[in-house]
Amino acid sequence: MNTTQKLLNGKFSLEMQVYGSGAPLLFIHGAGGLNPVEPFLEELGKDFKVYAPQFPGYGESTGNEYIDDVADAVLFFHELMDELGIPEANIMGHSMGGMLAAEVAAFDVHRAKKLVLVCPAGFWIDETPIPDFFAAQLDEIAGLLFHDPKSPAAQMMTAIPSDFKALETMYVERVKRLATASKFLWPIPDRGLKKRAYRIKAPTLLLWGDDDKLIPAVYAKEFTSRIKNSRVEMIKDAGHMIMYEQQAPFVAAVKKFLKG
Amino acid sequence: MKFTWFHLMPYRFLPDDFKDKYHSVWVDIPRNLYDPKVGHRLYNDYLDQLEYADQMGYDGLGVNEHHQNAYGMMPSPNLMAAALTRRTRNANLVVLGNSIALYNPPIRVAEEFAMLDVISGGRLVAGFPVGTSMDTNFCYGEVPATLREKYYEAHDLIVKSWTEPEMFSFNGKYTKLRYVNLWPKPVQQPRPPIWVPGGGSVETYDFCADHDYQYSFLSFFGYIAGKKVSDGYWEVMAKKGKELNPFSLGFAQTVAVSETDEQAEKDYSPHMDYFYNRCLHVYNGFADAPGYRTVKTIKAGILGQVGEQAAIRREGLKWRDFVEQGYIIAGSPKTVRERLREAMKSLNCGHLMLLMQLGSMPPELVRKNTSLFATEVMPYLRDLWTDFEDKWSPKRMPQNEIAVPAPVHFQKGEVNGAARTPAVSAEARSAK
Repeated sequence: MNTTQKLLNGKFSLEMQVYGSGAPLLFIHGAGGLNPVEPFLEELGKDFKVYAPQFPGYGESTGNEYIDDVADAVLFFHELMDELGIPEANIMGHSMGGMLAAEVAAFDVHRAKKLVLVCPAGFWIDETPIPDFFAAQLDEIAGLLFHDPKSPAAQMMTAIPSDFKALETMYVERVKRLATASKFLWPIPDRGLKKRAYRIKAPTLLLWGDDDKLIPAVYAKEFTSRIKNSRVEMIKDAGHMIMYEQQAPFVAAVKKFLKG
Repeated sequence: MKFTWFHLMPYRFLPDDFKDKYHSVWVDIPRNLYDPKVGHRLYNDYLDQLEYADQMGYDGLGVNEHHQNAYGMMPSPNLMAAALTRRTRNANLVVLGNSIALYNPPIRVAEEFAMLDVISGGRLVAGFPVGTSMDTNFCYGEVPATLREKYYEAHDLIVKSWTEPEMFSFNGKYTKLRYVNLWPKPVQQPRPPIWVPGGGSVETYDFCADHDYQYSFLSFFGYIAGKKVSDGYWEVMAKKGKELNPFSLGFAQTVAVSETDEQAEKDYSPHMDYFYNRCLHVYNGFADAPGYRTVKTIKAGILGQVGEQAAIRREGLKWRDFVEQGYIIAGSPKTVRERLREAMKSLNCGHLMLLMQLGSMPPELVRKNTSLFATEVMPYLRDLWTDFEDKWSPKRMPQNEIAVPAPVHFQKGEVNGAARTPAVSAEARSAK
């Protein structure tokens, strides 16, 4: 179900996908945003009530101009949780969304019941620099995001339209999204999470594709060493977009952790 | 008509296979391609050329700011302008950097520009570029989404620091200063003229029109392609009820003069090739970071001048195409006179930024180009736009109040400037 949520006296108008019923699960998307329908969230909706907002600046969501940095983003999510009546919930985030989910949990330790970080951004290791996604060309993106760039899922999400109008639309959309993401990730995705991560109290699961070429799996160590109650699960034959490439094992791992 | 002799200061000795073997001339160009001893020679040659242009009667000497780049070796244009203040007398110092959003606090720019204005006795033109995406986002790490906002704030602070008679506090979003008290203040009152170089962002037209700044379109595509941009600018000016004064527009144009049209091709063709195929070989991913251009500008359909789109347009162009399509105005003095007159009229442009050293052009050829233009072309175009007042050129101190540097005296046997001539030339050095 697609809803529109007004926040903070109409400062933000949010496009949000809501799936299923059960214990609340807030999903925070990555720099690429949400697809119109997300099968992996539908699957999770069979056991949880999933809230998946488009971040301001993505999709139809507005209010991007009120968010300059991580602190603004965290307050935005805290506010959203309050308005949804789920001041405490399971929180899951992918990539940039994983970074923001960790920040939401670190700023206020009462927000996250359990935390699922899916190949999250947020750290930088000099010896293993993250490829410059912002400079990547359209034809390089599939190779960075997917274990198998030729797979139908990869093709569907990264195909370059041959029609000029469609290409322009795609290009403008991409610029809008990444411009917003640049507030947290440019030029290096380190906005101080390393100072705050120790505060996270929620049991934390890190899910990583064993062939993540964007944020290599070595970054998992950085998270487990800084978040006390955390562990890593690697998913085989998956790149950065695990939930599309290996949906079944991905959903199973999330469910097992959140219900356990 | 006014003429600014504009230098990019390229590294002239990139390898022949540069375009095929290397990723980009900008941002991540390998450092091992730079030889500081060649650089020593080049900087000095280039300063000689600017000083020569001063002697030949050009109105302005242009320098600009680029980073991590082989086609523009001026990370700090202020250093070049400072070198020029003492060895030039007549020309204005047209400093089309500083990229004001890159400096924290931006009053550093206000201070250095004020110093240059004071040292030169009021010859400074203050350039305020937003800066390319390569320079600002990729080399200097500015967040693309907030660059323009930061630029506007820096602008407000700098202009206020020049014009406000009393000390003040500045509580900006990006800069917070308890005490702003610029010392020195500029010679030109209330402030030096401001020129804003642009690459066709629609917001920049508005910004210039609203503040009465000169808009300088710095493209390498020449006047035919540039007409779209100048039309866009004049349209905005007309809509806002501003005077359509040609001196409020600057335009960069490559110009190459020889004895005859045929000789021009012989002289300049290889250097144009070097410029377009080596100096402008920029990885497309660096051309336009997401958020650097607004959606409004992207939708206005104005393409960047570097990167893939630009390269496609240049692909396979030969000397004749470059000349016919106006990328370069070249030929005998007569050809150049006629073509330039037509070009400046079609753009309604009063400030011509001349690119007369381009790519791998050696010093002798630059000197020839510079002097032929000064004697055989410039005088014939001076009559353009005499009905208009140029409100965008510096107003310097009265001639009789301007300090003259003391002459340099060398003792016999000491190394002086003359020693540079027999020293190993940049050509010989790079050949090793």
